[in-house]
Amino acid sequence: MDEQVLKVQKIKNGIVIDHIPCGLALKVLKILGIEGDIGSTVTMAMHVRSKMGWKDVVKIEDRYLDDREIDKIALIAPTATVNVIRNYQVIKKHHVNVPEKIKGIVRCINPKCITNQNEPVEPEFYLVSKNPLVIRCKYCEREMNAQEIANNII
Amino acid sequence: MLKGRDIVSISDLSIEEIERIFEVARKMVPVARGEMKNENLRGHILANLFFEPSTRTRLSFETAMLRLGGSILDFSNPSATSIAKGETLADTVRMVDSYSDVIVIRHPYEGAARLAAEFAENPVINAGDGAGQHPTQTLLDMFTMVEEVGRINGLNIALIGDLKYGRTAHSLAIALDRMGAKIHLVSPPTLTMPTHILRRMNQKPAVHEKLEDIVDLADVFYVTRIQKERFPDPTEYIRVAGSYKITGKVVEKMKDSAIIMHPLPRVDEISPEVDNMPQARYFKQAFYGIPIRMALLSLVLGVE
Ligand SMILES: [Zn+2]
Repeated sequence: MDEQVLKVQKIKNGIVIDHIPCGLALKVLKILGIEGDIGSTVTMAMHVRSKMGWKDVVKIEDRYLDDREIDKIALIAPTATVNVIRNYQVIKKHHVNVPEKIKGIVRCINPKCITNQNEPVEPEFYLVSKNPLVIRCKYCEREMNAQEIANNII
Repeated sequence: MLKGRDIVSISDLSIEEIERIFEVARKMVPVARGEMKNENLRGHILANLFFEPSTRTRLSFETAMLRLGGSILDFSNPSATSIAKGETLADTVRMVDSYSDVIVIRHPYEGAARLAAEFAENPVINAGDGAGQHPTQTLLDMFTMVEEVGRINGLNIALIGDLKYGRTAHSLAIALDRMGAKIHLVSPPTLTMPTHILRRMNQKPAVHEKLEDIVDLADVFYVTRIQKERFPDPTEYIRVAGSYKITGKVVEKMKDSAIIMHPLPRVDEISPEVDNMPQARYFKQAFYGIPIRMALLSLVLGVE
């Protein structure tokens, strides 16, 4: 993580999600289910200059996420890193990794897919390829790329 | 090994399981012809759950079940008859599941059969879901090749016509590739096989624009229809479709051992004069749908 970002608003405990592609900070929060009154402070820095160009950064105080939750971020922000902070110190750095099974996070892009017809099922996908990112619907077998995934986060 | 299994997508079946289905289907051929009696499925009930009309497919499952002494519950056209509008497919399936031993489903939405299989305790067989999978068609196509040519491994198989929208060709290409065939794709440049299908194949298929390129090489010619709607200009359609038409003249250039297949119904992709030529197999192919479905029903019900 860049020193300057840490300096701006250091958090005592929680997580800092760094290197999010520009403009996707809100989607990252959505994917993590962090919406409405969650009882912790969320700080977002959008369009921050870094060594590798522009990025977004999200900080969530007093909140920890397990690795599987964190891995969901990889669906829209494969370059993101997650820093776990305890007592102002980075105690763990986690690179996100797209899970093999993706359930209830992405809506199928195929309007004729059965998961888009008010049936009592959650959309589910299998990972086909990480680079480039491709996932396949368990039901209709339609494949979706990174852009389509980002546009169809539930 | 297939007892209790759902048959939703051809990719769910291993090569070993496909070969087992063929082995049982082979034994079913004389029963399917009515030359031998077999009452193995007496006391079993098949529910045909057809949400869109497909008379041929529905009747072929009925014939298969009746030939084996089983009974049929017909839930065809459920929106007009027994099933309330607005009911979810999941609920319909749970109800029909409790009335029968095996469900055969056809549905306009893609992935409907996978969903049905999740909600039914008994086996579910996909008889086509939207533009999606139709595994019994794929199985009967492959069975025709095995029976009529002797094998699939190493064959040069030409898939001809609309390879972009024709989903029959999609699942077939993936399955044949897994079975070790060399695939040749023959289509107009605007109707080529989508890349997401090509990506699922181990061996890169050969791509041809003209039928002549492989007419004397291919062991199997699998012909599919090119639909008029795909072309904004009707004269363009006539020109393009005509160049993939199987006529008597084309067949004369084929190997004697080659076979011509078509999922039927055909419109004018194959001239009627070809019907009596030794390479024509499309009517036999349609017949093989019966022993294949008999084999599947027997295997998933655990009675063979
Ligand atoms: Zn889908």
